[in-house]
Amino acid sequence: MTATPPRLEHETPRRRSPYPLWFYAPVAVIYGTLFLFPALSSVWFSLTRWTLFEANFIGLDNFRAFFREPFLVQGLVNTVVFGFVTSGLKTVLGLLLAVLLTSGIAARDFLRSVVFFPVLVSTIGVGIAFTAMMHPTQGVINEGLAILGVKGPGWLTDPHIALLSVAAVDVWKGVGLATVIFIAGIVSIPKDYYEAARIDGARSLAQFTYVTLPLVRPATVTVVILSFISGLRTFDLVWAMTKGGPGFASDVVASVIYKQYQAGFYGLSTAGNVILFVLIAALALPLYAFLNRGEDRS
Amino acid sequence: MTRRRRPLLSLASIAVFATVFLVPFLFIALTAAKTRAEANRLDFSWPTSFALWDNLVAVVSARNGMLLTAYLNSTIITVASVALLVVFGSMVGYVRQRRKSRWNGLVDFLVLAGLMMPPAVVPTIWLLQQIGLFATLPGMVFIQVAYNVSFCVVLTRAFVATVPRELDEAAIIDGAKPLDLFFRVILPLMKQVTVTNIVVQSVAIFNDFVNPLYYLPGNANVTVQLTLYNFQSQYTTQYNLLFTNILLVTIPPLVVFLFFNRQIVAGMTAGAVKG
Repeated sequence: MTATPPRLEHETPRRRSPYPLWFYAPVAVIYGTLFLFPALSSVWFSLTRWTLFEANFIGLDNFRAFFREPFLVQGLVNTVVFGFVTSGLKTVLGLLLAVLLTSGIAARDFLRSVVFFPVLVSTIGVGIAFTAMMHPTQGVINEGLAILGVKGPGWLTDPHIALLSVAAVDVWKGVGLATVIFIAGIVSIPKDYYEAARIDGARSLAQFTYVTLPLVRPATVTVVILSFISGLRTFDLVWAMTKGGPGFASDVVASVIYKQYQAGFYGLSTAGNVILFVLIAALALPLYAFLNRGEDRS
Repeated sequence: MTRRRRPLLSLASIAVFATVFLVPFLFIALTAAKTRAEANRLDFSWPTSFALWDNLVAVVSARNGMLLTAYLNSTIITVASVALLVVFGSMVGYVRQRRKSRWNGLVDFLVLAGLMMPPAVVPTIWLLQQIGLFATLPGMVFIQVAYNVSFCVVLTRAFVATVPRELDEAAIIDGAKPLDLFFRVILPLMKQVTVTNIVVQSVAIFNDFVNPLYYLPGNANVTVQLTLYNFQSQYTTQYNLLFTNILLVTIPPLVVFLFFNRQIVAGMTAGAVKG
């Protein structure tokens, strides 16, 4: 640290920088040891049969197992579906709610709080409460539907819709975050644009399409990316509501990782982890690049 | 954007919002106040007799007061890791914003990776076992620091950019050493973002379920979210107690929300508008 590189501005060669690099040290040690090192070593462990005491190299067998077992493949497909469904719904509903909550309706601040509060509540608590409410015969939701004369499905017991039911609860819990991000974006749009659009004869819908939508784009990018990645990583809500069931109908990669870990297949579990890394990098990074490229053009 | 109120739209949206977002919480509160037989019917109805106090006593005393241990553990983990996060994370955000160095690209990449990537679970468990931190509270604290520091860096770095460099220069001319400069000049000026940081991270860490599930097994180390999860399998026929527990777990975030609503929203929307 004594010889600071002379090319830095504001510095004579002898003087130390007032912003020493050792300020990085505590975080570098903790992050490097507990996050970075395990992430890098997971590539090796995913190629082994692993007992935590002994790791035997078995090549790509874990990955082969992952892509051959139908229930593991289903976990992979479910993860992607879950990511797209929750991210899409949070974006669309969040934007609509934000437009509504920045318009002149009554009790605006209260409604904003109401929409946002679920974001802060324990996911496990929400999961348990909705599991009770989604009970096929006694649940509040189906009893409410019965009053309207509709026979509600077995939300969490029907393998065709179990995953979507969990996704719906995830949207319920997370749409508030999307909404406040969109509200921040809408509020930062200068009022003059709306003024000008109105003078040009644009009605509400045209104002939304030609003013709000393009100018709120940075917020849209954030919401899409944020909710997509968190959707791909989801574990706790699935675990609290269905544990991946019925059967493997609502398993996602993160729950597969946990199940394989519990069963003692540490190598296979770690392979799941590597697949999740690749999945996120392969889907989220191009999405990010795509959304930002569009930004440059407009 | 129009200034006129639309009473019909207002009424309709209040009604829809109340049904969709408040009924579940009301359901939790009502079920927590019911007797066992009534709660097990899972109805959305007013309790015929209030048993909330009995339920509270039953939940708190269950398994030799496990819930109290859990609250204690969760509090220790939250306070300790947020304290470390604020100090260490701000140091990184500050130097990253102030200093041009060839490490910047790497730092940015690691911050992004920390935000996006899920942790490699089993290798982390193996590592924690090797260094003797598996299933210990300190181990859990360091894990929370490692996993949440990226967000902290993003927040503080953006804020430090708004603190004028002239202040640094004045302090340096007055003879401030790097540590003085940071802890006595800059950090006090960051109070606003520090509060945001504390609130947002506390809620996230208090609510964390996955990491204690993996890294903190064992009854002595149980956290609030884990008790809730354990009670789920234990109380399958006692919905009154299960929902009393949910109610108890929901109260801390509610209190934080009532006091720090603005900071939470500011923290969570940070960076969204800049693009």
